[in-house]
Amino acid sequence: MNHHTYSKKKRPSFSNTMLILTILFLFVPLFVVTFFSFNSAKGMQWEHASLIWYKTLIFDSPSLWLAFRNSIIIALTSSVTATVLGSLAAIGITWYRFKGRSYITTISYLPMVLPEVIIGISMLIFFSSVKIRLGMFTIFVAHTTFNLPFVFMMVQARLDEFDYSTIEAARDLGANERQALVKVVIPAIMPAILSSFLMCTTMSLEDFVITFFVSGPGSGTLPLYVYSMIRYGVSPVINALSFVMILGTMLIAFTFRRFLKTAAASA
Amino acid sequence: MKKAMRPAKREQLLGTLYSFPMGIWFTVFFTVPLAIIILYSFMKRGLYGGVEKAFTLEAYRQMINPSFAKVLVRTLWISMLSTILCVLIAIPVGYAMAKSRHQTLLLFLIIIPFWTNSLIRIYAWISILSTEGFLNSLLIRLGIVKEGLHLIYNNGSVILVLVYMYLPFAILPLFTTIDKFDFFLLDAARDLGATKLESIVKVMFPNIKSGLSTAFIFTFIPIFGAYTVPLLVGGKDSTMIGNIIVDQVSKTRNWPLASAFSMILTLVSLIGVFWMLASAQKEATGKKQNTLQAYEQKVKAHHGRSRR
Repeated sequence: MNHHTYSKKKRPSFSNTMLILTILFLFVPLFVVTFFSFNSAKGMQWEHASLIWYKTLIFDSPSLWLAFRNSIIIALTSSVTATVLGSLAAIGITWYRFKGRSYITTISYLPMVLPEVIIGISMLIFFSSVKIRLGMFTIFVAHTTFNLPFVFMMVQARLDEFDYSTIEAARDLGANERQALVKVVIPAIMPAILSSFLMCTTMSLEDFVITFFVSGPGSGTLPLYVYSMIRYGVSPVINALSFVMILGTMLIAFTFRRFLKTAAASA
Repeated sequence: MKKAMRPAKREQLLGTLYSFPMGIWFTVFFTVPLAIIILYSFMKRGLYGGVEKAFTLEAYRQMINPSFAKVLVRTLWISMLSTILCVLIAIPVGYAMAKSRHQTLLLFLIIIPFWTNSLIRIYAWISILSTEGFLNSLLIRLGIVKEGLHLIYNNGSVILVLVYMYLPFAILPLFTTIDKFDFFLLDAARDLGATKLESIVKVMFPNIKSGLSTAFIFTFIPIFGAYTVPLLVGGKDSTMIGNIIVDQVSKTRNWPLASAFSMILTLVSLIGVFWMLASAQKEATGKKQNTLQAYEQKVKAHHGRSRR
C-alpha cells in the first residue's frame, strides 16, 4: 500500500500545501458553527461561554426529537432492506448467467449517477399518479432506492475478489448449496455487507433533497427539520444541533475507518 | 473461474431468485417513475397539477423562452466553473494524499465534512458569509471594513459553497486512481531529464485519465442538478435548472414542464456518464496494447523489491 514512502526531501511541496489548505477550508465552517454553539448571545458576536443552546436543543425541541425518531426509523428500515436485496442481487449477478442480467446491472447504476432532483421529482410524480399517500412509507421506498446501488456495487466488488474454490471445497466436504452460502460465502463478504449497511445509514440520515419531495405531513426527517429552521433564519440552536451532528458523523466515520478506502473508491 | 458444470436451467432459476427482488424494486420505483416523467413531458398540463392524457409538445415549446434560456446558460457556466475549480484543487490534494503515509487519517479528514449533513454545511456558510455573519464581524472588529459587506446571495457565494460541497466528489476518485499509479515512473522520467511538472503532466496524467474523467463527471452532474445551494445562498439571479424544476412541481404545478426540464437534466447526466465510460474503456484497451511494454517497465522499476 505504502510502497512510495521513500521521498527524501522534507520541505512542504505544492501538493502538500494544497492538501493542508483544503482540509482547513473543509473544516473552518464546521469549527465556526461549533464555536458559536457555545456562545451565550444569539448573534455572531462572542459574549461568553454557555450551554444554553444545548439545553434548548435537548429539553425544549419536541419536534426535533420527532424528526430524529423518524430519521432513525427510516435509516434502519431502508438500510436493512437495501442491504438484503442488494447483497442477494450481487450474489446472483456475479455467479449466474441468466436472462435479465444486463438489465439489472445497468438499471442499478443509474440512480447513482442521476441528479437527486430527478429521482425526487420522478418519485413524487409516480407516488401521486398511483395515489400512494406521501409519508414514512414513501420516504422508506425512496431511501431504499438510492441506497441499493451502493450495496450492490460494494458487495459485488468483494465477490469479484472472492476465491470460488473455497465453495467447491465446502461442497466437497459435504455442504449443500445453502450451507455453503450461509457458512462460507456470507462470512467472507460480511465486511462488504457491513460497510455498505453503514454507508446506507449515513446516506439515509444525510439525505435532504429526495426526502423533501416524498415526505408528507408528520413524516419530516432531521434534515427537513434543519431546513425549516434555516428558512426561519440563523438560530444558535442550529449551531448546537450542528455540533451534535458533526460528532455523530465523526463517530460513524470512526466506526467505518477500516472501510474508508472502499468507501472512497465507490463514492 | 465461474461455475461451469451447472445446467443452464438451474442457473436461470437461481440467478433470477437472487437478483429479481432488486430488479423488481428498481423497475417499480425507478424505471417506471422515469418512464412516467418521459411520458408526462409530452402531455398537456392538468388544471390543478397532474396531466391531461393528450399528446402535445407544449412543454418543450414553453422551454424555448428567454428567461428559461438564461437560467440554462447560467446553470451551465456556474456548474462548469465550479467543477473545474473542484478538479483543479483535487489533483494536487489527491496526489498529496496518495503519497502520504497517513492515508487513513487524511481520508477520515476529507470524509468527515463530506458526510456531515449538507444543510448543516450550507448553514455554516450562511452564518459565515451573511451581513451580520462571522466574517463580517471579524473584518469590522479588525477595522478592515466599516460596515458588513454583501458576501452572500450572489453567484459568487453559490460557486464558493458548491465547490465546498462537491470538492470531495473530485478528491476521492482522483486519490483512488493516483494511489494506484506507479510513482517509480515519475522517477524514471526525472532520471531521463524531465522536470517535476513535465513528468507529472506527461507521465502521470495519461495514466490517471479515468480518475480525471470520473472526478469531472461525478462533480459536474450533482452540481448541474444542484437545488439547495442556489436556493439557500443564491440571490435573485442565481436560480439554476434544479430550482426551476422544483418550482414547476410545487408552485406552478406544471408537471409537463417540470418533466421536460428533468429530461434535459437526465440527458446531460447520461451523456456525461457515457463519455466517462467511453474514456475508461479507451484507457483499458490502450493499456492492453502496451501490456508488454508496461510489464517490462514494471519489472525494471520493481527490480529488487518484493511485491505482495
